[in-house]
Amino acid sequence: MFTKRHLASVAIFAAAAITLSACAGSDTPAEGDVDAATATSAEAFGGLDALIEAAQAEGELNVIALPDDWANYGEIKAAFEEKYDISVNSADPGVSSAEEITAAKNLKGQDTAPDVFDLGSAVALSSTDVFAPYQVENWAEIPDENKEETGLWVNDYTGSMSIGYNSNEVPEPESLDDLLGADYKGAVAINGDPTQAGAAFAAVGLATVLSGGTLDDFTPGIEYFGELKDAGNFLPVDPTPATIASGETKVVLDWSYNNLAAAATVDGWEVTTLPGTVYTSYYNQAINADAPHPAAARLWQEFIYSAEGQNMFITGGAYPVTLAAMNEAGTTDEDAIAKIGNLEGDIVTPTEEQSAAASALLAEKWAAAIG
Amino acid sequence: MTVANTPVLVSDAAESETTRRHSPSGPAKRARGLAKYLALTPFAAYVIVFLGIPTTIAVVSGFFTDEGAFTLDNVAGLFAPNVLATFGSSFWVSAVTAVVGAVVGALVCYALLGTRADGPLRSFIDSVSSVLAQFGGVMLAFAFIAAIGSQGLITVLLRDSFGLDIFADGVWLYQVQGLLPVYIYFQVPLMVITFMPALSGLKLQWAEANATLGGTRFTYWTRIAFPVLAPSFFGSLLLLFANAFSSYATAAALISQGAQIVPLQIRAALVSETVLGRENMAGALALGMVVVMVVVMWGYSVLQNRTSRWQK
Amino acid sequence: MTRPSTTRPDTSVAVRMGTEPSRLVRWVILGVVGLVFSIPIVAMVVFSFRDGLGGGYTLAHWTGLFDEDAARTYRNLFTGIGNSLLLAVVTVGIVLLVLLPTMILVHLQFPRLRRTLEFICIIPITVPAIVLVVGLAPVYSVVVKVAGGSVWTLAFAYGITVLPYAYRAIQSNLDAVDVVTLSEAGRTLSANWGQTLWFVLLPNLKRGVLAASFISVAVVLGEFTIASLLNRTNLQTALLQVSQSDPYVAVIFALLALAFAFILLLSIGRIGRTRTGSSS
Repeated sequence: MFTKRHLASVAIFAAAAITLSACAGSDTPAEGDVDAATATSAEAFGGLDALIEAAQAEGELNVIALPDDWANYGEIKAAFEEKYDISVNSADPGVSSAEEITAAKNLKGQDTAPDVFDLGSAVALSSTDVFAPYQVENWAEIPDENKEETGLWVNDYTGSMSIGYNSNEVPEPESLDDLLGADYKGAVAINGDPTQAGAAFAAVGLATVLSGGTLDDFTPGIEYFGELKDAGNFLPVDPTPATIASGETKVVLDWSYNNLAAAATVDGWEVTTLPGTVYTSYYNQAINADAPHPAAARLWQEFIYSAEGQNMFITGGAYPVTLAAMNEAGTTDEDAIAKIGNLEGDIVTPTEEQSAAASALLAEKWAAAIG
Repeated sequence: MTVANTPVLVSDAAESETTRRHSPSGPAKRARGLAKYLALTPFAAYVIVFLGIPTTIAVVSGFFTDEGAFTLDNVAGLFAPNVLATFGSSFWVSAVTAVVGAVVGALVCYALLGTRADGPLRSFIDSVSSVLAQFGGVMLAFAFIAAIGSQGLITVLLRDSFGLDIFADGVWLYQVQGLLPVYIYFQVPLMVITFMPALSGLKLQWAEANATLGGTRFTYWTRIAFPVLAPSFFGSLLLLFANAFSSYATAAALISQGAQIVPLQIRAALVSETVLGRENMAGALALGMVVVMVVVMWGYSVLQNRTSRWQK
Repeated sequence: MTRPSTTRPDTSVAVRMGTEPSRLVRWVILGVVGLVFSIPIVAMVVFSFRDGLGGGYTLAHWTGLFDEDAARTYRNLFTGIGNSLLLAVVTVGIVLLVLLPTMILVHLQFPRLRRTLEFICIIPITVPAIVLVVGLAPVYSVVVKVAGGSVWTLAFAYGITVLPYAYRAIQSNLDAVDVVTLSEAGRTLSANWGQTLWFVLLPNLKRGVLAASFISVAVVLGEFTIASLLNRTNLQTALLQVSQSDPYVAVIFALLALAFAFILLLSIGRIGRTRTGSSS
């Protein structure tokens, strides 16, 4: 029964909605740190020490989607906190790159918005309007193909796709075909859905190149997983440190740094890289243009790309972007790199076009292949 | 004709008398009427700001593209066969878990009848139910993986001691069927919490009247108790259905491949790292969910009107 | 109208009348359901004692809780617990001060609005949190400007989240108790509305109100999505943080969080009962 009363309430409600969205849309200017928000290098602050001071005045840094056991971010965050006495607020460790950008948009203007991002390439390339350009002090050490020219996004580390396995239950796989065998029944998992998660996308990429295909066409990879499913070896659950520790996911295709982190916590978990082409993909650092703590955000970048920060990535099993320059300068942590071995062999990384084509292909064919 | 009628008749008479004696007329009456409506405003304002506006924004986003142009494409996308299939799956899972949860929960409430309301058993079960009703997400999923996963405690026990392999035909825990036991785990406690007040409100004199008139336990329950409890039972059932229908975190933790139920479709639209720009589809999917709930609520209110016919 | 509770019939009489189950039936039902429901919890406990993938058991994960390195993780966890408790208090406040009076008012004065109220109170559960937060974000950007950015403002969103459960719990009670007659009785005895509410209605609604408070506290303690998407720290987001470093610790903390919530609710129930005297 719609009465005038109902109409009136609808009208009030609509008016309120319009007013609120208008309020939300207006920009509040940052107070007093306009310089920091547009600084494109440490020089703009007057040197690294001035940057450190400005960051310490802010006192906090908001990071997002940085789990402690992902490429040793736990140690990196702790080291940053200790060195500069700035507390690191780590939010939402489990979210994907797309959700990082969504969080930045949702929380725009609030002081819980993320200051810095660590993103997969697809998301980084399509979200540049959210970033502020910044060039770290050792900008020259980063190869040109690993950075956007003004510093909107910069590669930070990569891993290689690896296979982690429960050495107590299954034998070490030596080729992709091994995984189709009876030893691995109900055992093989990938880290998410390839149409949504970068690590799973990379697993299909790995299967593609190891099946003799190229990154232009992910069909061999999709077909491989179809075969895996038909053999009854594919397990559609999300592998986490907990499922690895409980023995549920006996074989996991994931980035080397993730599998190595699991091996460090769970007795009996081993990691191997299959012989042949090595699949890698860099993640990207970017600064939020509306960062609530812009100076701290820029200091974080400086820290990440310093030898100290980059070596901590190696400890976590990842290969930092300045590795070549560090090897030349002799600042690489030798023990750490010895443990994971150098990134050698035929290394492939998908380009933007290859990624887009593969995404489209997966959106079409993945569900049917494993469903 | 039922026992339930009598108190109401009395209060009707009482109300009309007091209304005649106490209520003012003319402008004073209108002022009092206005005051009553004003008393509703805090709740109304609260709900509008924190529920109405966000829901509208979220649902309306389904009618716009990324650039802001009006479009019906997203809504049309709702009728794609695979999306309809996910709505069907969601509906099926929610209905089954709601019914099973409601029945088992009602049985537990029945088993608690006659215990002291402030006694240890009741307190224990109230608290456990409240805690378990909200136990969900990653941890609940893992608890089930640890219990009945392919290497779970119970699975291994059954396999080694009884030779019974529950996963002989494939691991169903990570498919839509696997959601059933997991959802029931929080549906039953929710039923216990929301239905217990109704069950303990059954008046003793009704049972006595039934016994005096020569009825049995069977007639008590079928002719008196069930009908009186029906609105609350179905109301709780509806709540359970809605709870399962929109449940997201647990399913996301168990099912990593594909999007077989609607909340997982929403996840796919919102969080994809590799296929971008489908956020507005999530708004359309949310609209679809609200529509389903409206239809179910309408069915429920039709049912309500029937059952309450001889309650008042 | 309701017979005082002290003159309950004999148990055997009650069983024959059908108002109570027999002891056997009661314990069979509770026993079977209890056993089935304890399985996942037991599985979690057993997991927390496992020593890696080779089989064998160890206490190391539990004793490791007291390690010094863990202090940094605990800082976040304690902040989360404190925030969640604060949020629980404010949310229950909203339920008791906004929802409850409105429900009583509608029940007494606006019977035709009952369906509308029921529908409104079930909408929050139909829109999943990950979509709702898309709409909540702009609302909160205004709330932050008005009321500051601290975490208690999250309780406004939580109040909406608990609406379906609290509504159902209170409504079950309202349906069972003849509120109309009671309020008229109070009014005829010359109590004003405040006194009627406090002395006549609320004691009869105690069960529903307690149930609503319980479920509200449980919802707030278990809520993850909204806090995570608005980047605030509460118990569940802090637990997730912790779980990223060590799966065993994560399971242990989840068990501890469940136990903590359980004990908290048990105490609330105890307080609620002793303060209002004997219950019906």
